[in-house]
Amino acid sequence: MINIKDNQGDIWEVFVQSKSGLPHKHAGSVHATDKEMALQNARDLYTRRNEGTCIWVVPLKEIVSSMPSESESFFDPSDDKIYRHPTHYIMPEGAKHI
Amino acid sequence: MTAKEALLNYCLRLGDSSLILGQRMSEWCSNGPILEEDIAMTNIALDLFGQARTMLTYAGEIEEKGKTEDDFAYKRNEREFYNSLLSERPNGHFGDTIARNFLQSAYFFHLYTTLSSSKDDMISAHAVKSLKEVTYHLRHSAEWLVRLGDGTAESHEKVQISLDDLWEFTGDLFEMNEVDELLIKEGIAVDLNEIKKEWIKTVDQVLERATLKKPENGYMQTGRLNAIHSEYLGHLIAEMQFLPRAYPDAKW
Amino acid sequence: MTDLEKLEKFQAKIDAEDKIEPKDWMPEEYRKHLQRQISQHAHSEVIGMQPEGNWISRAPSLRAKVVLLAKIQDEAGHGQYLYSAAETLGKSRDEFIEELQSGKAKYSSIFNYPTLSWADMGAVGWLVDGAAIVNQVSLQRTSYGPYSRAMVRICKEESFHQRQGYEIMAHLAKGTLEQKAMAQDALNRFWWPSIMMFGPHDSDSPNTGNAVKWKIKRETNDELRQKFIDKTVQQAEIIGLTIPDKELKWNEEKGHYDFGEMDWDEFWRIVKGNGPCNKQRLAHHIKAHQDGRWVREAALTYAKKQKEKQFPPQPSQREGEELEIRD
Repeated sequence: MINIKDNQGDIWEVFVQSKSGLPHKHAGSVHATDKEMALQNARDLYTRRNEGTCIWVVPLKEIVSSMPSESESFFDPSDDKIYRHPTHYIMPEGAKHI
Repeated sequence: MTAKEALLNYCLRLGDSSLILGQRMSEWCSNGPILEEDIAMTNIALDLFGQARTMLTYAGEIEEKGKTEDDFAYKRNEREFYNSLLSERPNGHFGDTIARNFLQSAYFFHLYTTLSSSKDDMISAHAVKSLKEVTYHLRHSAEWLVRLGDGTAESHEKVQISLDDLWEFTGDLFEMNEVDELLIKEGIAVDLNEIKKEWIKTVDQVLERATLKKPENGYMQTGRLNAIHSEYLGHLIAEMQFLPRAYPDAKW
Repeated sequence: MTDLEKLEKFQAKIDAEDKIEPKDWMPEEYRKHLQRQISQHAHSEVIGMQPEGNWISRAPSLRAKVVLLAKIQDEAGHGQYLYSAAETLGKSRDEFIEELQSGKAKYSSIFNYPTLSWADMGAVGWLVDGAAIVNQVSLQRTSYGPYSRAMVRICKEESFHQRQGYEIMAHLAKGTLEQKAMAQDALNRFWWPSIMMFGPHDSDSPNTGNAVKWKIKRETNDELRQKFIDKTVQQAEIIGLTIPDKELKWNEEKGHYDFGEMDWDEFWRIVKGNGPCNKQRLAHHIKAHQDGRWVREAALTYAKKQKEKQFPPQPSQREGEELEIRD
């Protein structure tokens, strides 16, 4: 016998690709008890107006997020690496296609 | 019977089953077991109403008496509706609805698959579009049938009873008369005996996954072809038609 | 960092129009305020399905039927977007639903009025959705990221809702005498409750202080109400319906309409549970929830069985184990 506490199922985060060629974009979440239900619920909720060509659903508990408290050590070190951007380089005047 | 009369009747059959099942599905709005299901079931209802509108509009064109989709939906009486007996079954509990939708959607799925190559352009175009929709309806109801069948002991028992109770209305789906004969010859309609073979395969596959037993083929109800219905249909259309009936001079 | 420093940083972020995200530090009061406001908003969408759902089966044409159904479906969807946003604040949808059903959480009182005629579908779309849109447009700029994003999505989708209602009203107003009377009657019944949707006067609204400072609320109740009235009066005139307020008059000096006082006794009576449909609406929600229990249990059990087929558990782990909604 499996004991079940009545609930609305797990939260699944939904990512929708609006057109092939474009990246999947976070749309929101749905509740579902299994993969197929998550996919169907996401389809019914987030693509009612022709918004999608592909959907990903991911259980919320499987998503790993960085924390805002770590954001300085995570993201600030890239602040001074301006040489990673093309605008850092000085091109000879008149040079084309570069 | 002329070919035109036969075609008109055929369109009403298609349109009415979608209309009545759509009306039933829309009754679920705000009553689903989880909010997500309210959305799923109203989506299905919207697809079905869309199908009904196409076929009833086409019926008006065939008849050539200037009738609109609404004239057919709102101004006919019980004895003029040709929907399947299955489509008018009351919603009951969620399992009853899922079992009904599964049986009807599996039928629509195979029907529209074959009708997609109908020689009547309107019907084939309608079938192509509807097939996409009912493919999803079938998937939705089949997955739920499996969850309920292979869920708890309670859900298994409940949905097995739903299936057993609805089974006697499935024979009606496959009955044919001179309308079918005439239109099959023209390459417009399909032989429902062929549809039945495919339908049974689908039912068997899903019931096996759902750990449910296929009911015995006992007595089968009949009526669709002659517009003889259960008592439930009268109430459904009385409610649906209330406003145009109460205010005959008004336009909506 | 001390709490005071955290609070200063939090306020600085809000003042700079940066959004607060779920994992950011936030004052407990901000979290509580949002949980209350967003869940109340979600409950309103969901309970709001009932008064309109009352007419789906009786919509007078197939077009009217699909339009109404699509609109109510959107409301279910909006309820879902909002519950999603509320859940990022650390409470589950089960808990929010429990609060609704026990009467602890409120929803908009407008849905405690009955829909008595087809014209009410017009009045609800035009006035109730119209008022909601004024509020929601403002809330797109709210400081909490998930709430703001839900509002952007909702506003985009709701643009047809008000038009749907107004179209019904306009159509009835130029129909038969009976139809016009039906439309006027609906306007008479829904006007005052609609403008009370914005809540009490600013002077009587205890929650406004922090909500404005934290940019949860971007405009006050009275400002929003005025906006709604200013744009609605002309819409009524153009279709030949009369707004039931004798004091309604254009004030040239202010550039706004003056209007009569609302019946706040009625407002508070209904908030406290004594409106025409309060009990009916809650009972309906509770019944649907209870009727659905065996279905949810079946789905949860099925999912668990499938998982166990993939990863058979050790016998000792099975005893008394419960499926939990989240960690």
